[in-house]
Order: sequence, then structure tokens, then C-alpha cells
Amino acid sequence: MTAEAQKAAEETKEQSAASPEPEAPQPVDVGKIKSILAANEGARMRMWLSICSRCGLCAESCFFYLAKDKDPKLSPAYKAINTIGKMYRAKGEVSREFLEGCLDVVWGQCTACRRCTMYCPFGIDIATMIVTARAVCYSQGIVPDGLARTTENIRTSGNQMAMATEDWIETCDWMAEEYGEEVHGLEIPMDKQGADYMYTVNPREPMYYPQDVGMAAQVFHVAGLNWTMPSTGWDSTNLAMFAGNKAVATIPVKAMYDKALELEAKAIVITECGHAFRSAKFEGPYWLGIPGGKPPVPVIHSVELFRDIMRDGKIKLKHKFKHKVTFQDPCNVSRNGGLWDIGRELVNLLCEDFVDMTPNREHNHCCGGGGGFIPMGPPFKKRRMESGKVKAEQIRATGATHIIVPCHNCFDQINDLNKEYELGVKVVSFKEIITELMEIPESMIPPEEDEEEAFEAEEEAKKDAEEEAMEEAGEVQGS
Amino acid sequence: MAMDKLYEFLTGPALWIAVIIFVGGLAIRVAWLFGLSQERDKPWHDFKDAAWAWRSIIHWILPWASVSSRNQPVFTGVVWLFHVCWIGLPLFLGAHNMLFQEAWGWSLPSLPDAVADWATLVVIAGGVFFLVRRLARPEVRILTSAWDYFLVLLALAPFVTGWLAFNQYGPYGLMLNLHIFLSEVLLIVLPFSKLAHMVLFFASRSAIGYEFGTRRGARVW
Repeated sequence: MTAEAQKAAEETKEQSAASPEPEAPQPVDVGKIKSILAANEGARMRMWLSICSRCGLCAESCFFYLAKDKDPKLSPAYKAINTIGKMYRAKGEVSREFLEGCLDVVWGQCTACRRCTMYCPFGIDIATMIVTARAVCYSQGIVPDGLARTTENIRTSGNQMAMATEDWIETCDWMAEEYGEEVHGLEIPMDKQGADYMYTVNPREPMYYPQDVGMAAQVFHVAGLNWTMPSTGWDSTNLAMFAGNKAVATIPVKAMYDKALELEAKAIVITECGHAFRSAKFEGPYWLGIPGGKPPVPVIHSVELFRDIMRDGKIKLKHKFKHKVTFQDPCNVSRNGGLWDIGRELVNLLCEDFVDMTPNREHNHCCGGGGGFIPMGPPFKKRRMESGKVKAEQIRATGATHIIVPCHNCFDQINDLNKEYELGVKVVSFKEIITELMEIPESMIPPEEDEEEAFEAEEEAKKDAEEEAMEEAGEVQGS
Repeated sequence: MAMDKLYEFLTGPALWIAVIIFVGGLAIRVAWLFGLSQERDKPWHDFKDAAWAWRSIIHWILPWASVSSRNQPVFTGVVWLFHVCWIGLPLFLGAHNMLFQEAWGWSLPSLPDAVADWATLVVIAGGVFFLVRRLARPEVRILTSAWDYFLVLLALAPFVTGWLAFNQYGPYGLMLNLHIFLSEVLLIVLPFSKLAHMVLFFASRSAIGYEFGTRRGARVW
């Protein structure tokens, strides 16, 4: 026996010695499980559970399945039957051990992207079934830590990163000042009454990427929009939705709707984020029991607003974006939001050289970071990289140098994939491209431009362009 | 003759019972689900729209009209032919229509016997294809239970026995009675099994058409 094998054997022994330790079997609250199952056991759920003909067509739709050599245990039907299916079959009388096994499936093997729903001949909404299983698990405290934390943040502070209101307002002021250096007169109007648009963000923007706030403000200001930033209800994301906690999921949505109504805003605009759009436009009204299922104030996605701005010529570009770009369809913007054509229209308004992925539009694959995967953090990172293979290959096949991504989860995931699979692409948002290329109207050009600084910036830009050209030449030679 | 008495029973009271359970079972199931949906499936009712229901259905009832069905073209072709023949044969078979005529004084148009004979073979071949596929493809095999195999066999049984009886292979009287008996078992099981997709397909596809189409402006095929 080699030293290594011996060590391994010892470790195993240690583990097995440790495991029979009398761990008090934690009971599950069967009554609670039953009530969640009953609340979700509508006509659709009953049909879905009973008519699935086990044809297996959903398998090929799932990137988890495709990325792992078509492992049949990753087919959507298999995942649903063995989680939610078993819960219903057992009438809620399941063990904690079983639910812990479910955690691995309903969070670790599904992003609720709903591609399988489109591939089922009966239109069985498998992702919705998985989300119900998440709610059952959550009710017993079985949930990935990352999502438990963000849910707690929402419960205590109203936003997923527990950012204080003063910090939020301060960040907006800071960005108004900073980004006002390029666009004269820029302001971030806080709590303005009767604005056409109330803009909402993802807390990661003010926390880690404040430039996103600054860039959005520049776009709206240059376009001459009547807009406002709300001091409360500004977080449109909703990770409690992915954690399976409806009660907490209503908190940010209600705050957002209430604020929009209070300010008499004509529309709520969602930042470049996918699941925030799903939460605000589609799920929120039902959590709050709003009759008719529509939000009290129209909800639109940034992609729609930016498209309108560009189409109507409210912003003019110095020139179009020249690099070869591709476009990521976030599941909750395209497949579940119906905005795939608007996204492409916007890309074409901004870019010269657009190449689509295959498959694309509503059939595009999830990036692998959705459904709560990114905030689930390090314990799930390896899996996220493995299942992201499908997306990485899609991106590589386009030959694009840039990828436009109107969703924060996709953004992080594709950045990670970029490193993992050495894709060599630059991940950008729409607002980055617009602010980089837009013409600043004369009235908004800052009056006293420091000439030296401008000269330096120009020199730097030239150097960058040269470097890029050289890089490109190298790439051509290399291939 | 025992076979004649059995035939009389099977085409008399047994047939009535089977048909009543079949029609009544499906009707009650649909009505009950509809009632339940009003209470617990709000989005369904909030976003009802005939156009999206129709689009959702038509793209899945015609072969190769959805991306998913085009991805597996052979399976889709077999599924479509199987279903058309499975539903069409009992309704348009000459022998059945003679019985309709006798019983009620009216009948549907009849298929030529040779065509019906081949269509029966299509159903049987399709069923065998499904069984082989279930065993051969890992992602299908892993989902399949004994009950699933049984239902495929049950759905085939009337066609196999009917074909044998029509072609006078084996003892005719026994085959005919078996054919009727198994058809009645099928009619009784259908409303309470996944074979109820015969009608629930339309409800389920409509629901997802509303969910994606009316609610989100998105296609689902």
C-alpha cells in the first residue's frame, strides 16, 4: 500500500468513525409541507404530474444534461419526478434526508430557465414544478447558504445586500458628480414626482459597480428623459424568489410598486437584469394578490427603454461599435420576457458587426448562472463552470470579440466562463456601449475642459487602439 | 355457444358501461380540473386568449412544427402517424361503421379495408417503435416504469387483436371477443391515466400558451 493510499484509507476510517455519531434526527414540519403542496396543486400542476408521457424530449433542451455527456439523471423530467413528483406522491410525508437530496437537484441542477417547458409536447412547465420543490425545501430550512443570506438581507433591510438608504443616496450623489464631469448638468433626480420613468437597480451596482449607476444616468440625461431614482424600493432584484420564499419575495416588489405609485411615475424601468424583470413584471403581482396579475405601474426592461431611445434618435452615436459582437439572451429577458427581437434591434442600432449564437432568441441556452446560481457562491462554482460549457462553446463558435449581456447574473457567469474556457471575449452591457459611443450634445459638454487631461485621454485612446489592432493582427496570424 | 353469449355481453351492457365511464370520466375530470383552475390557477384565467391557445396547440399537433419536434424528426413522424391512425381507425373502419349503421341508422365514411389493414400495421409498428425506443434510449428508459410499458401495450392490444380477427388469424370468435374486451378495458382506463392527454393535451397546451404568449409575448414551440 502506498503512503497515499494508506492516508486515504485512514481518512475514510476517520470519516466512517465520525458519521455514526448520534445525530438527533431533525423532524420535518409535514403540515407546512402539505400546505405548500396544496396551495400549488392547481389544475395545471395536477395535469403536469399526471400526463407526462415519459417521452424524454425535454432531455435535449437542458444544458446540464448536454454539458455532462447526456447523463439521463439530468433530464428535466427525471429531476422533477424525483423531487416534486415524489413530494406529491408521498402527500408531503417526506424525510429531511430526502429534502436534503432534493436541494442538490432543485438548486444544483436547475436554473429554472424554462427551456424544457418549450421542448415538452404537452407544455409541462417543469421549471415551475422545480420552483415549487424549492419552496418546500425552504420551508424546512433547506436552502443553499448564499440564498439564505440574501433572503435574510431582504427581510431585514428591504434589499438583497442590506445596503443602507443613506449609502444608496450617497452613491447616487457621488456618481452624479463623477459622471457629471463628462456630461454637464448631469443629475440623478431622487424621488422626483410625476417622472416618466422610475429607474430601479441591482444592489450590486451601488455596492460594487457604481459606474453602472453613473452610466445609466448619463444615458437618461443625454436622451433628455424625465426620470427619477427612488430613495426606497430601488432594488428590483429578488433572490427570495429563487430561494423559494414567497413571503420575503413580496417585500422588495411591494416597496417598488408603492414607491412608483407614491411618485406617480408612469413606468418602472428595470436595470439590465433578467430575474428582476421576471419578479417585477410577472411574478410580483401574484405574490401581492393584485387582481388581473399585472403590476400597478407598467414595468419595462432597460433593453426596451434603450431601444426606444436609440430608435427615436434621442441619442446619436459618434459611430457604431466596430468590433464583432454577439448577444446573450438572458432567460428572463428573452424566453420568459419576450424581448429577444427588441434586444437584437438594439444591438443592430448600436453595432456594425453582429453575429448571433446558435441556438438563439427564445431558444438560447441559459448561461448557467441564473436561478440563484451566482449568489449560491463557491460551493456551487465548480458545477457552474462545468454546466457552463454549453454557453462557452456557443460563444466561442461565434468568433465574436465582445458579448453584450443585459443581465447581471449572465454577466458574472460569462466573465467566469471567459476565464475558465479562455474565450478571450470582453463582456459588456448595453449602457457601457451607449455611453462609450454617444455624442454629447453641445449644451452638455463641460465648459472648462482641462486641455491637458483631454490630450492625455486622447493619447491613451490612440495607444489602446494601436494595441488592439496589433492584438487582432496577432490573432489572425495565430489562427 | 359461450363465445356468442360473451359477444352479446361485450357488445351490450359491457360496451355501455365502458363508453359511459370513458365519456363521463373524461368529462368529470375536465370539469373538475376547470373548477380547480378557477381557484388555484389565476394566471390561466387572467391571461386567457384564444389566439395564443391555438398557436400553442397547432405548433404541437402538426408534425415538425416546433423546434423540439424537429430535433427528433423520426420520432415525431412516427408519433404523428401513430396518433392519426390510432384515432382514425376505430372511427372510420368499415366493420365499425356497419355496426353504427345497424345500431343507430347512421354511420361515418368508411376506409377501404386494405387501407385500414395497413393503417393498423402502422399503429402496431409505431407502438413497437415506442417500446424499443423506451428501452434503447437511456434518457427515456430511466423515466419509464412498468405502468408505462403496460399502457403502451394496452393501447396496442385492440389493434393487434382486431388485425388478427379481421385477417382471420387464430380462432376468430376468441380474437373478436378479445378485441372488444381489450378495447373496453382501454376505454375504462383512459380517463384516469396519462392517456387522458387525449383531451388534456389541449388544456395543458392552452395554459402554457397563455403563460408564455399572452402574459409574456413569448412563443413556446
